[in-house]
Amino acid sequence: MRNHPSPPGSISRRALLTGTAAAAGVGLAGCGSITGGLSGRTRVKQWNLLAGGDGAIMTEMHGDFSAEHPDVELQATTFGWGTPFYTRLVMGASSGNASDIATIHLSRLKSLSPGTLMDPIGVDELKDHGLNPEDFPEKIWEKAFADDELYAIPLDTHALVNYYNKDVCGQVGALNPDGTLLVTDGVEEYFDLLRAVKEVTGEFGTSLDTFGGWRQFWAWYRQQDGEMTFADGDYEMDDDKALAAIEIMYKMAEEGLCPTFADGGQCSANFETGAAGLVQVGNWEINRFKLFNPDNPEWFSMTEMPSFYNGNRYTQGDCHSFVLPRHNSWDPDVREAALEYAAYMLQHSFRWGEGGGHTPAYLPVTESAEYQALQPNAEYSGVVQNVQFDPDAWFSGSAARLFDETGSIFNQVYALAMTPEDALALMKERIETLLALPSPVD
Amino acid sequence: MTVKTEAPPVPAAMTRPPQANAKKTSWTGLWFVLPFAAFYALFLVYPTFLGLYYSFTDKSLTGRAASWIGLENWAEAFGDERAWAALKNTAVFTLWSTPILVILAIVFALLVHRARKMGWFLRMAFFAPFVVPVSVVTMVWTWIYQPDGGLLNHYLQLFGIQDASTPQIWLQGENGIAMWSVVITTVWWTLGFNFLLYLAALQTIDPNVYEASSIDGANWWQQLRSITLPLLNRTTAMVITLQLIASLRIFDQMYIMTGGGPNRETEVAIHYIYIAGFEGFRIGYASALSYVLFVLILVVSVFQFRLFSRKED
Repeated sequence: MRNHPSPPGSISRRALLTGTAAAAGVGLAGCGSITGGLSGRTRVKQWNLLAGGDGAIMTEMHGDFSAEHPDVELQATTFGWGTPFYTRLVMGASSGNASDIATIHLSRLKSLSPGTLMDPIGVDELKDHGLNPEDFPEKIWEKAFADDELYAIPLDTHALVNYYNKDVCGQVGALNPDGTLLVTDGVEEYFDLLRAVKEVTGEFGTSLDTFGGWRQFWAWYRQQDGEMTFADGDYEMDDDKALAAIEIMYKMAEEGLCPTFADGGQCSANFETGAAGLVQVGNWEINRFKLFNPDNPEWFSMTEMPSFYNGNRYTQGDCHSFVLPRHNSWDPDVREAALEYAAYMLQHSFRWGEGGGHTPAYLPVTESAEYQALQPNAEYSGVVQNVQFDPDAWFSGSAARLFDETGSIFNQVYALAMTPEDALALMKERIETLLALPSPVD
Repeated sequence: MTVKTEAPPVPAAMTRPPQANAKKTSWTGLWFVLPFAAFYALFLVYPTFLGLYYSFTDKSLTGRAASWIGLENWAEAFGDERAWAALKNTAVFTLWSTPILVILAIVFALLVHRARKMGWFLRMAFFAPFVVPVSVVTMVWTWIYQPDGGLLNHYLQLFGIQDASTPQIWLQGENGIAMWSVVITTVWWTLGFNFLLYLAALQTIDPNVYEASSIDGANWWQQLRSITLPLLNRTTAMVITLQLIASLRIFDQMYIMTGGGPNRETEVAIHYIYIAGFEGFRIGYASALSYVLFVLILVVSVFQFRLFSRKED
C-alpha cells in the first residue's frame, strides 16, 4: 500500500464517473493525436493525478472551461496518484503519444527527463495567453526551468498543514479568543497539546499518514535547518537532526498520541470520526472535510505546521504544474488550445484554492482581496513562505523513490517495529543504494 | 486439420500434378490461423526477443539513445542483493500458497461433488471470487485487514482474542504476517479455478468403479485413497504446474495491498522488476531481471512436470 491520497468524499463519485467517461472516451477515440473528430472541435487530452478531494474541484473547473470554450473538446483522465501516473506519463511521452497536457509535481520535473520527454514552452507563448513571468513567485518560477528552458506552468503550492477540530480543541482550551489554534513552540509544548486532546478523544491526539512519513520527516528535519544535498555520487545530511526528526515519530506513536498505522484514507477518517482532534495532512483534504459535515462545514479549521525547532514553521510541500509531454508532431491548434486551457485554469485558480485548499501560484489570484479574505485559507497562507521542497536529485520528489523507500522505513517507525537509530542507518543505506544507481536522466 | 496425402487416381489429361492440389488445401488453413499468428507474433514473440535484446543494452524509458553494454546488466542482476531477496520472497509466497491452493481445491471439489442438494450454490460460491477483478478483491481485503475498524480485528476483539488497545497490523505485519495475509487473500480469490478443474475431473470418473469397489467392501476412505486420488493424478499434475507458475508470477496483490512492506518483506520478483523498469526507468536492467525470472519459472515447471509424468508411468 502506497501513500495514496484518501478515498475522496461523496462528491468525487461524480469525479470518478467523469473520469471513467473520459477514459472511455479516450479508448473510443483511439490513440492517435486527432484534432477535431466528428464534432469539428479541437480536442485537448489532459492527464492528471488528482485522485483525491481536489480532483473533484478540477473536474468542476473543467466543466466551467468547457462551457466557456465550446470549440475545445477537453478530455481529462485521472490516473492513480504517484507511480501509476508517472509511469503512464513517461511511457506515453517516450513514444510521443501521451496527452497534450498533463499535471506533474514540480519537484519531479528533472526526474522526468524534460530534455527528451517534455516539450519546452516559450515564454512568449505564455504571454500570448496572458501569463507573465512576474505573475509567479520567483522561487517557483525558477523551478519550472530545466537547462534554461521553460517546461512547466506552476498551478499551485501545496503543503502539509495542521487541521484542528474546533470543538475538541476548544474543550481543552487550546483556542485563542478568536477561535484559532494556540501557537505552540517546541516539541514538548506540542506534545502537551496532543496529550490534552487525547484525553478528550480517548484515542489519538493527532492523526497523520504513516505511509507518507517522508513529508513529516522533511518538515521536521528542515525545521532544524537540516540540509540534504546530493552531488557526484555522494550526499550530505545531518545525522543528529535526522535522528531527532525520526525520534519525534517514534515517541509520538509510542505514547499513543498518533496512530501506529494509518494509510491516507484512515489518516483522514481518524479526524472525521473524532478519533483524533488534529490531523497533519496535505491542504488538499479540505474539500473532503467540508463535505464530511455539509451542515456545518466550519467544524474544523487549518493552520500552519507547529514549530518544533528554532521557531520555524517549515513544512514539506510541492507544486502542481502543467507540462506539455513530448509530441512527435504538434497540431498548432491543439497546442494553442492546451495553453489556453492552462491559462484558464491559472486565471480561475481562486476556486482551486477555495475548494482544493492549494495556494494558487498565480499571483493576481493570491494577491486579490477576495482571496486574502478567504477562510480558512488565510489562516495558513504562510505556508507559501515556509514550504520546503524536496532535495534536488533524480530520485527525489513527490512519489519518487526517495519518498517511497524512506516512507516504508518511517512506516515501520510509527508501527514501533524499528528504533529511530535502526531507521536512520537503514535510511542512509537506502540513499547510498539510490546514489549508486546510474542516473537515467543525465 | 486433415490433409489428404494419398493421391487420387489421376486422369492422364490433367496437367497439374496432384501434390499441388494438396498443398493448396493446407495454405487455406493458414489463412485462418493468420490473424491469431500475427497478433501472437506482434504482441508476444516480438516483445520477448526485443526484451532479450534490451537486456544487453542500457535502454532507458526516458528515450535517451541506448548503447550495447554486453553482459553488464546480467552481472549486476546476479550480484543484486535486493533482486535475490525479492526472488526469495517470491519463493516463500509460492511455497506457502501452492499446497493450500491445491489441497483445499481437492477438499472443496470432493465436498461439492458429494452434495446432493445445493450443489449449484456451492459451485457458484467457491468459484465466484475468481471472477472478481484483483482491484476489487484487494480493496475488500484491505478493508478487512484494516487495524482500526477492520472486520478481522473487530471480530478478534469481540471474541476477546485481541486487546483493542494494541490492534494487530496485518498488511505491514512483520515476521511473515503480511505475507500470510496476502496468501489468505490469494487463496480466497483464486481457489475457485483449481476447484473447478478438480470438480470437472471428478465428474469424469466412471461411477461403476465406485460401485464395483463397494461391492468388494471398500469404505469411503479406501475409495478416496485407491480410486479417486490416483485417477485425479493427471489433474493434480496440471493444477500444481499452473499453480506454481501463477504463484511465481505474484505481483498485483502485493503491489496493491502491501506495497512490498514491511521493509521489503513482501517485495516479490515482479515488483522489483517493476521498480527497476518503471520507477528507475532502466528498461535494460529490468529486462535482464525478467529473463532471470523467466528462466527460473521455466526450470521449475519443466522439472515439476517431468517429476509428475514419470510418476504416472
